[in-house]
Amino acid sequence: MDFSSLSPVALLASLMVAATPIMLAAIGELVVEKSGVLNLGVEGMMIVGAVCGFITAVETGSAWFGLLGAVLGGILISSIFAFLTQILLANQVASGLALTLFGLGVSAMIGNGYTGIKPPGFNTVHIPLLSDLPFIGPAILSHDPIVYIGILLVILVWYFLNKTKNGLVLRAVGENHDAAHALGYKVIWIRFSAILFGGMCAGLGGAYLSLVRVPQWTEGMTAGAGWIALAIVVFASWKPYRLILGAYLFGGVTIMQLNLQALGVEIGIAYLSMAPYLVTIIVLVMISSNHLRSSANAPGSLGRIFHASQ
Amino acid sequence: MKLLKSILLGGALLMSATFTANAADPIKVGFVYVGPTNDGGWTQAHDKGRLALEAALGDKVETVYVENVAEGPDSERVMTQMALSGADLIFTTSFGYMDPTLNVAAKFPNVKFEHATGYKTSDNMSNYSARFYEGRAIQGHIAGSMTKSNIIGYIASVPIPEVVRGINSAYIHAKKVNPNVEFKIIWLFTWMDPAKESDAAKTLIEQGADVILQHTDSTAPLAAMQAAGNVIGFGQASDMTEYGPSPRVSSIIDDWAPYYIERTKAVMDGTWKSQAVWHGISTGMVGIGEITDAVPEKVRAEAIALQESIVSGAYHAFTGPLNKQDGSAWLASGETADDGTLAGMKFYVEGIKGKVPN
Repeated sequence: MDFSSLSPVALLASLMVAATPIMLAAIGELVVEKSGVLNLGVEGMMIVGAVCGFITAVETGSAWFGLLGAVLGGILISSIFAFLTQILLANQVASGLALTLFGLGVSAMIGNGYTGIKPPGFNTVHIPLLSDLPFIGPAILSHDPIVYIGILLVILVWYFLNKTKNGLVLRAVGENHDAAHALGYKVIWIRFSAILFGGMCAGLGGAYLSLVRVPQWTEGMTAGAGWIALAIVVFASWKPYRLILGAYLFGGVTIMQLNLQALGVEIGIAYLSMAPYLVTIIVLVMISSNHLRSSANAPGSLGRIFHASQ
Repeated sequence: MKLLKSILLGGALLMSATFTANAADPIKVGFVYVGPTNDGGWTQAHDKGRLALEAALGDKVETVYVENVAEGPDSERVMTQMALSGADLIFTTSFGYMDPTLNVAAKFPNVKFEHATGYKTSDNMSNYSARFYEGRAIQGHIAGSMTKSNIIGYIASVPIPEVVRGINSAYIHAKKVNPNVEFKIIWLFTWMDPAKESDAAKTLIEQGADVILQHTDSTAPLAAMQAAGNVIGFGQASDMTEYGPSPRVSSIIDDWAPYYIERTKAVMDGTWKSQAVWHGISTGMVGIGEITDAVPEKVRAEAIALQESIVSGAYHAFTGPLNKQDGSAWLASGETADDGTLAGMKFYVEGIKGKVPN
């Protein structure tokens, strides 16, 4: 087998691009789950972000405004979920699934008429000297700004959750909402804002697909990216730095799968395609085998409904 | 008295039944689509056929469609719903609807069904398909002539005979003009997933392909080629001229309109019969989109000559001598492939690397 046509630079570069949308969506979901809420509507929020970002970018002629549109779209649709689950105390799993179905439908509706259009793009970042370095320059330091925003966001979330008071309060709410409530923290509103943050990140991830990675608008274009983001959060056992690893692993498997096929490697392609999901299952088994570790990592109140009277 | 009443009523019912078919009510035609009607490719081409049908027959026809219907068992529900709501003729427009259509057709003997790109028929179910491989021959010729790296990428969708035929036809004709040509094939196992299609195109470009053929439905690969520059590709199913004159240098256009109009008229005047048709460039079901200026004049002239020889019947895209991938003989010199073999084609011709996935 001739691997000479496989360029490590190109591989690493496309890996970073493939990992970015799922990383953005996953870091938002991580914060949501850390606050004790399970939002299965990531896919729906992503696609709404994708279409809102696309339409805003096309109408204003600016990709940056597009990102703003995606953020607003993501926040708007996640506020529906927040309202249902936090104010009306609806079941989180059902509301999340409904949010995905709703998002897919509503995005198809408002995106009608925006197919076959090319959106404005981002300029790639060029850092003097650094971007010209051999290997590292083209592979890591010459991407569009969103790739770096994604990584920066993960670092900020890590800092917030571990080094700030508000971050610790958010985690306390997720671990034991009754105790947090007894201490006087506003459980509902902390969760409400966490959900909106999750919507914002998922919206950004969706817009990355429609504005940079593809770039065009097509119905249903997220094609399961939101579910992968959910899997990554579990894969990362709710730790931000592991989330980067997980996103790169998932993105990497996708890219490797395509590259190996193009090379003509004769291995069952079905196995390649299911590899990311297989990895998730294996990691889930690995995490759960160490009972102590898993119980220390999953937020204690995850998915449970909070009402002050209880 | 009661008897008279029921005879009268029965007669009236009978009359109304005969008349509705002929005059009063419009004929109702249903379409089942695998993607959204604005996908820019496959489904959009079918929907264009539906709109042309409405335009041609005016208020004599009423059309309904359901988009984004998953292939497989769930499509049966959609077809049943359509038949129950009074459709007289139903077009199911994706390979994966074949068995579901057969099942539903058996349940509704008075409704006519037309299934696209399959190979099964029954008393009230036809199948219709287009000889896309004729268009692939022309693409292969252009691709083989234009590649500088001698690497041609192919984004394949689902491993069914239609897709394998396209790969073989393109390869045979690329090889004919350029013996050094190599095909890199990526199977995506989906008809449409823009992110994956785009990644596949980028991967092929990174691995040296400077011409990419696609059998998936969205325009995402063309967008990736445009971003890369110096890579050419072809429109698939719809013309995709928004990516011309380059990267889109030509296209295969599916034109279903004449067939949809003809078959609807056949149901209206009662001449509809189950059939299996497979039309090519000569009847216009397969159209070749304009070859742009990005293609050198000489290559364009050759491509057009190839197209004309296919239309006139002088040339068949699968003409021997041809061997199968394992080296065993398939077609002797001058022999052409029969439709039966082509319809069930599950093997690559000699020279293509890799395996057809199961």
